[in-house]
Amino acid sequence: MSALTAIRRPPEGHLETLMTGLPQLQTSPLPWINTLRAEAVNRLDVLTLPTRRDEEWRFTNISPLTKLSFAPPLSATHLEAADVAHFYIEEATTRLVFVDGIYAPQLSSAASNSGVVVSNLPMLLAAHAAVIEAHLGRHATFNDNVFAALNTAFLHDAAVIVVPRNMALAAPVHLLFIATQKEVVSTPRCLVVAESGSAVTVIEDYVVLHQPGWQEEAHFTNAVTEITLEDNARVNHIRIQREGSKAFHIANCTVSLGRSSHYQSVSVALGAQISRYNLDVLLAEGAECAIDGLALIAANQLADTHTCIDHAQPHGISRQLHKCIVGGSAHAVFNGKVVVRQGAQRTDSIQSSRNLLLTDKAQVDTKPQLEIVADDVKCAHGATIGQLDSEEVFYLKSRGLSESVARNLLTYAFAAEIIDRISVASLKHQLEQSAFEQTRSES
Amino acid sequence: MIYQDSKTILEVRGLSATVNGIEILKGLDFTIKSGEVHAIMGPNGSGKSTFAKVLAGHTAYEVTAGSVLFEGKNLFELAPEERARAGVFLAFQYPIEIPGVANSQFLRLSYNTVQAQRGKEELDPLEFDDFVREKMKLLEMSPDFLDRSVNEGFSGGEKKRNEILQMALLDPRLAILDETDSGLDIDALRIVSQGVNQLANKDNAIVLVTHYQRLLNYIVPDFVHVMEAGRIIKTGDKDLALELESRGYDWVGAEHQATMATV
Repeated sequence: MSALTAIRRPPEGHLETLMTGLPQLQTSPLPWINTLRAEAVNRLDVLTLPTRRDEEWRFTNISPLTKLSFAPPLSATHLEAADVAHFYIEEATTRLVFVDGIYAPQLSSAASNSGVVVSNLPMLLAAHAAVIEAHLGRHATFNDNVFAALNTAFLHDAAVIVVPRNMALAAPVHLLFIATQKEVVSTPRCLVVAESGSAVTVIEDYVVLHQPGWQEEAHFTNAVTEITLEDNARVNHIRIQREGSKAFHIANCTVSLGRSSHYQSVSVALGAQISRYNLDVLLAEGAECAIDGLALIAANQLADTHTCIDHAQPHGISRQLHKCIVGGSAHAVFNGKVVVRQGAQRTDSIQSSRNLLLTDKAQVDTKPQLEIVADDVKCAHGATIGQLDSEEVFYLKSRGLSESVARNLLTYAFAAEIIDRISVASLKHQLEQSAFEQTRSES
Repeated sequence: MIYQDSKTILEVRGLSATVNGIEILKGLDFTIKSGEVHAIMGPNGSGKSTFAKVLAGHTAYEVTAGSVLFEGKNLFELAPEERARAGVFLAFQYPIEIPGVANSQFLRLSYNTVQAQRGKEELDPLEFDDFVREKMKLLEMSPDFLDRSVNEGFSGGEKKRNEILQMALLDPRLAILDETDSGLDIDALRIVSQGVNQLANKDNAIVLVTHYQRLLNYIVPDFVHVMEAGRIIKTGDKDLALELESRGYDWVGAEHQATMATV
């Protein structure tokens, strides 16, 4: 009997209160995978769901999630390329597609030429076990993170990218996660290893499939991403969350930067009823990161972004701009921690949180946090919360633009500063369109 | 230029207005006809810019008395954007910077909105690009300004040229240029003035709000008005501006006081 089936019925507040099914996975031929899953299952027995009494969840009430019941998908929804081709990104020649968390080979174009690995985890375990074992589950620890533990307990399919030493991939890799079923929990998993001196652009993309007769339904995406940059590697990480308006989206991303490596990320949250994105970045000596985020939400959406940039060694550089545009009675949360540890001298860090409230009922909680132990550092942070500038609105109106068009244009412009930083042109264009549509419907 | 049988574009009667509860305009009368160029001069705080903002419909200014007819219709029944579409144009003293909005996008949106109002053809981005580049030549503006955010990082002179570019695109019936000459060097003043002169015709009317006579060397007004304490207290021809340049404003006020005393 495996540990997976040996779970006692947990007390109130445990995950079983929201899950009707527990992991029933085939035993992996690799013992360390089974061990990893079993450890995660064991933690699930102990960990409880966070409440607003937890400091890290003060502003985000996930009780609507716990009132529903979710199960892992019983079977994969079969989709044809024609159903999902509109999600494809033309620049991306390699693409992995997961439907409700299950790998869909017929929609994917994996790559394993010239040493690059872009494929689904089970197919790689034979040939690439060593590099995968060295990283999978090693960065996104689940000891005190119930959602990472849940994801790891379900570990089966996963997007794996390994870029060999000194190789630069010109085309971006598209990791597309499509939600199709209601009341399903999916546990997307990504592992990116950029070996020393390599470079890659990864698009992590969460979408919902609007099929004929589709109605917005609740589903639960619980994602974990681990990214490792070895010395001098460069990773450009674009993350788009555009799930349905009733979805729950919780994601943990852990990034580990080697010496003089460079991590650039733009994350955009447009969808979901409740979303939470935890991004933890650990910098080695001389490493550099630029982390930008945009939450563009309305109605009764909640979008929470927690980031932690950890300068563990000297000469690191971090830049962060996070923007929230909040309409309706939506609620955005930003908690951005920058840690400069003892010995991380000559750290250079700038963090900025800028927020735009479009209505009286919109709400934002922003908390930039600096924890500096080293004494020779250059760190700046700041936060602003405001409404549209009435002089700007008047200027546009004095040129014939209606109040709503003027407000829409200014709102869009606020978002565009982040969207412009997306390096993939067709995706940038798509997002400009959806930002424009969303701001238009808001005003 | 003064034409026979020209139509009245703007007729202001007894206009009073407050900002933050303080009365700035105190019974202002002003009339301008098509084809004419009027200059409004006067010391700081006399209400020149307030008058300009009130005509454009800025919400910070509250009209407390008087009437304004624009081509015979009550201007105050129109929202700021409706005034713009009807042909009222204000060139701002301090044009607003709008980061993130491309100048080309803004100019085309504005142009097409006004064209639609007039029942004229709207232009797609390619057509508009050709059209606006022609207009930019008039102001010796580099096409690079199309790709930049509206007024962001523009020098003072570049902002003013961008204002007159908008005037050229929107082809207003009434253009109010609020201190368009301030912050311009001699070359920029010449270019902007030439642009305005080319845009002036027998169907539109131009109001120049200015402190300095030097603008009027380039754009010759048909009438010069002196404002003080929220009213126009003297009106003359272009020579009045020269006289103000050499003598200052005090004598106008004194003369006005004397006239009022004898009435």
